[in-house]
Amino acid sequence: MNQSGNLPRSGLGSLVLIAVVLGGGAAAFAYTAGWLSPGRLTPERMIAALTPPSGAPLGHRRNHAKGICFTGVFEANGNGLELSRARVFERGTHPALGRFNLGTADPNAVDATVRVRGLGLQIAADGEEWRMALINPPFFAVSTPQAFHDLLIASGKKDPEAMKTFIQANPEFAAFATWAKTAPWTASYAEEPYHGLNSFIFTDAKGGEHAVRWSLLPMAQVTPISQAELDKRGPDFLEQEIVERVRASGPQRWSMVTTVADPGDPTADPSKAWPESRHTVQVGTLVVQRIEQERDGPCRDVNFDPTVLPPGIRPSDDPFPAARSSVYRKSYDLRAAEARDYPRTGAAKP
Amino acid sequence: MSNEPHRFAPIQRSLHWLMAACIIAMLFIGVGMVSTVAPKYLPLILIHKTLGVTLLILVVVRLALRLHYGAPPLPDDLPPAIKLGARLSHLALYGFMIIMPLLGLGMLWAAAYPVVLYGGIRIPALLAQSDRVHTLLWNAHFYLGFAFFALVLLHLAAALFHALLRRDGVFATIALLPLRNKATPAE
Repeated sequence: MNQSGNLPRSGLGSLVLIAVVLGGGAAAFAYTAGWLSPGRLTPERMIAALTPPSGAPLGHRRNHAKGICFTGVFEANGNGLELSRARVFERGTHPALGRFNLGTADPNAVDATVRVRGLGLQIAADGEEWRMALINPPFFAVSTPQAFHDLLIASGKKDPEAMKTFIQANPEFAAFATWAKTAPWTASYAEEPYHGLNSFIFTDAKGGEHAVRWSLLPMAQVTPISQAELDKRGPDFLEQEIVERVRASGPQRWSMVTTVADPGDPTADPSKAWPESRHTVQVGTLVVQRIEQERDGPCRDVNFDPTVLPPGIRPSDDPFPAARSSVYRKSYDLRAAEARDYPRTGAAKP
Repeated sequence: MSNEPHRFAPIQRSLHWLMAACIIAMLFIGVGMVSTVAPKYLPLILIHKTLGVTLLILVVVRLALRLHYGAPPLPDDLPPAIKLGARLSHLALYGFMIIMPLLGLGMLWAAAYPVVLYGGIRIPALLAQSDRVHTLLWNAHFYLGFAFFALVLLHLAAALFHALLRRDGVFATIALLPLRNKATPAE
C-alpha cells in the first residue's frame, strides 16, 4: 500500500460515505419499486380492485374471465393501406384467433347479469402480429385508468353514497350508465358490435400519421331481446348459441371499420365518442369459422394485450393501452402460475 | 503468469463502466415498470427489452476480452477469505449478466409474447408457450433481479472499501481514468 501523497482521511468518514452510498442506492431502488408509495396505481392494486369479495378466479383472466375461443381469418380488402403500412391491411386473407367474453371477473357468471361483452383478437400477417381487446359499448365508462380503479372500488361498496360520490367526481360516467340502462341486449355474441375505443396512431407508407379508432360491426341480423328473456334461456346461453350458430349457419362475419380523427378530436379520452361525421375506412372482414371451448382452446394461452402491434400502428396519447398492457401482463402471470386450478381436460385438439 | 497486467485493458475498463451504468439502469427500470400502469410503462418495457438483449451481446464480448487480456492480480496482502469472496462475487456477477437476459427472453417466449425491440427488431421465439415454463422463468427473473441488485451494492461497497479504506490499488485497475497519486500494487 502506498498512502504517501494522499490527503489524510479518517476511516470513519470513509465508512460513513460507503454507508450513505449503499443506503441511498437501496432507498432509490425501493422508491422506484413503489415500496415507499402506497398510493401509486400499480397493476396489483388494479387487480385487487377487480377481484370480487368471493375471491380471485384462480387460473382465469382477472377480468373478462368468462369466454370461449374462436379461430378464423381476417380478410383485408387493401383499403387500410391508405392509413397504415401494417401488412395485416394488405389485400389478402390473414389467420385470426380470438375469444368472445363477458366483462366480469366471475368465470361462472350468468350471461344475463353481465352488461359488457367483449372480443379479444389476434391477427397474424407475415411475421407481424396485431392483438386487441374490444367491447360492445360505443365509448368507455371513464376517462382515465385511475377513474376506472375508483369505479371498481365504488361499485364494490354496499354504501349507495359511494357511487354518487364517484359520479360527482367522474361525470363522464353518466353517459355510460345511460348506455347500460337503455342499450338493447342481444342473445348472441354474433349480433354484437365490438369497439376498440382507444385511439392509436396509424402510419402509412409515406410516413403520414392518422389518429384512429376501430370497430367490428356485426353482419348478422341483430334481434334485440330483453334481459329477462335472456335470463330464461340459461346461464351459459351465449356460449351454447355461438357454437350452435357457427355449426348450423357457418362462419360469422364482422366488418372492421376504422374512424379517423379530425384535428382537435379527443384522442386521449375513450369516454368521448368522436362525431358520426368522421371519415371512416372499411378495412376488411373478420370471419369466425370455428368455436372451441376455452379450457383446451387456442385463445387460452394468449394475452390479448392491445399494445402488441405491427409496424405501422402505435399507441396514441390515450393512457389506457399502457395501463391495460401492464394489468393484462400481471393477470397473465397470475393465471399461468395457477394453471392447475383450471386444468386442461387433455382432450386432443382436432 | 509472469506477464500479468497491472490494470485492465482500456477496452475492458470502458466496457465495465458502460455495462455498469446499463445494468443499474436495467435494475431500476425493471422494478419501476412492473409497479406502474402509467403511459411510461410502454417505453420503459421497450428500453428494458432492448437494453437487455444489448447487454447479453456485450457480456459475450466482455468474456472474450477477459479471456484474451486476463485480469490484474489481487494484492498479495489481501486475506485469503477476501480473495475468495472477490473471485466468487465476480463469478456471480458474470453469471447474472448472462442468465438475466436469457431468463427475460425465455419468460416472454413462454408467454407467447412477440419480442420486438427498439427499431422494430424482432427476436424469434426459441420456446413454445407453456404456463409452467413461463412461471418458472418469470419467478427466476424477478427474484434473481433483487439478488443481482444486492450483489451490485456489495460490489460497490467493496470497490469503495478498496478505494477509500485499503487504498491498495485494486480500484485503480478498473478506474476509467488513471488516479492521481495512486500506485498500482506492483510498484
